[in-house]
Amino acid sequence: MAQHFHRSMNTIAKVSIFGAVFIIGFSAWLLLEVNRSSNVTNVGIALPQPVQFSHQHHVAGLGIECRYCHTSVEHSAFANIPPISTCMNCHQQIWFGAPMLEPVRASWKSGQALEWNRVHNLGDYVYFNHGVHVQKGIGCVSCHGRVDQMQLIYKDQPHTMEWCLSCHRNPAQHIRPRDQVFNMTWKPEDIGETQAALGARLVKEYNIEPARKLTSCSTCHH
Amino acid sequence: MLRISRGQGRWRQVVWAGVAAALLAGGAGCKQKMSYQPRYDPLERSETFNDRSSARPLPAGTVARGFLRDDPEVFLGRKENGDYATEFPFPITEEVMRRGQERFTIYCTMCHGFSGYGNGMIVQRGFSPPPSFHAPETREKSVGYYFAVITNGYGAMPGHAHQIPVSDRWAIVAYVRALQLSQNASLDDVPAAHRSALDAPPPAPMNSRSADPHSANSHSGGAR
Repeated sequence: MAQHFHRSMNTIAKVSIFGAVFIIGFSAWLLLEVNRSSNVTNVGIALPQPVQFSHQHHVAGLGIECRYCHTSVEHSAFANIPPISTCMNCHQQIWFGAPMLEPVRASWKSGQALEWNRVHNLGDYVYFNHGVHVQKGIGCVSCHGRVDQMQLIYKDQPHTMEWCLSCHRNPAQHIRPRDQVFNMTWKPEDIGETQAALGARLVKEYNIEPARKLTSCSTCHH
Repeated sequence: MLRISRGQGRWRQVVWAGVAAALLAGGAGCKQKMSYQPRYDPLERSETFNDRSSARPLPAGTVARGFLRDDPEVFLGRKENGDYATEFPFPITEEVMRRGQERFTIYCTMCHGFSGYGNGMIVQRGFSPPPSFHAPETREKSVGYYFAVITNGYGAMPGHAHQIPVSDRWAIVAYVRALQLSQNASLDDVPAAHRSALDAPPPAPMNSRSADPHSANSHSGGAR
C-alpha cells in the first residue's frame, strides 16, 4: 500500500502545531494594533470641513479665548460648536467679502446650519459629560492637544476606552487647578509643584471619586 | 484511495466553513451598530426636518420651568418706568468681581482691550473701534445701560445674550466699573495697607491664554 503523505509532511505538521500559537498570537496583536491606529481612531487626521477654519489663527494669532465660541464647555454635557451668529460677531466686518467665508455668509442669510464633520465622536453607548471634566480640573490640552497650534482641527488623542481608563484609574496624573484648565501651556512646575503632589491634593479638594468608582462600567455606560 | 480522499475533502469543508463563520462574526462585530443608535446626538443632522437640523428652535413664547424673566431690572437692565437701572440687582462681592474679570477677559477684551480703551486685537484688525470705557460720556452711563448693550448690542457690536448668561453680564458690568475706577483713581483712593501691592509686578491674567511666544511669533506674518 502506497504512503498517503510525503515524508516532508512530518516536518510541516510539527511546525504548524508549534507555529499555531504564534499565528494566533500575531493575529490578535495585529487586530489590536489596527484598532489603535489612526485608521480607526482618526488621530492626527484633519477631516474635510465646509470652511477651512484655523484654530491657530483665531486662538494663538488673535488671542480669542476657547469659551468665546465654545460657550457650553464648562457646564453642559455637550461641548457646543458655535452658532453662525458667533462667527458673524466679527465677520460682519472682518474679511466680510472673503471667498473662504462664503459658506458662513450663505448660512447666515438662509438660516440653514453649516454642516461640520464631527471630529470628536464617541460611540452612542458612551455617556460622556464634558462639563464635569472641566469642573474637576481636566485641561483642554489633556484631551484635545495643542489646539492653538492646529491650522486644521484634528483629534490629538485616541479617545478609546483604553485611553479613558488610563486617566480614570489614576486621575491625579492629569488634574490641574480649575483656573488653569483653559491654559494651553500650563505646567505644575509653573507654581513650583510636582504633578504627583498637586494631583493628589486636588483629587481630595475637588472630591474626585476613587478609581474603583471611576472605572465602574456604569460610570460611562448607563 | 477514492474513499480516503473524499474524507479529506469533507474535513477541509468543515475547516473552511469554520473560517467563514469566524470571518462573518468578526465582520458583523465591526459594524458597531451600538455606536450609531437611532437617536440624535446634539446638533446631529436630521432627515426629518426641512432645515436638516435635529436641534429645533423654540416656539415663540416658550418659557423653561424656573426661567420666567419677570423682573425687567434683572433681565433687561431697566426699571419699571423704562429708565436704565442705576444699581446692581445683587450685592457685589469679591467673588462677583473675579467672575466679572474672567468673563470680561473671555468675551470683551478682543475688541475693548484688557483695560477697556477700545483697542483690542479685533479692532487692530479693522473692526469699528468701540468708545473707551474711560471717556467722560461713557463713564456717565448707568449700570443698566451697560447690561442692555451687552444683551442687545449697540452700533457695530452685536448682542452677546446667547453667549453670556444674565448673571455673568452683570458681573462683567461690575468689572467694567472697577476698570473705570482704576483708570481715574489717585493714590489716596488706595487703602494704606494695600499701597505696597502697587509696586509689585502685575499678576498674570486669571486665565492666561496661550502665552507661547513661539506660536504667536510664527503667526505674526500671516495676519489675514
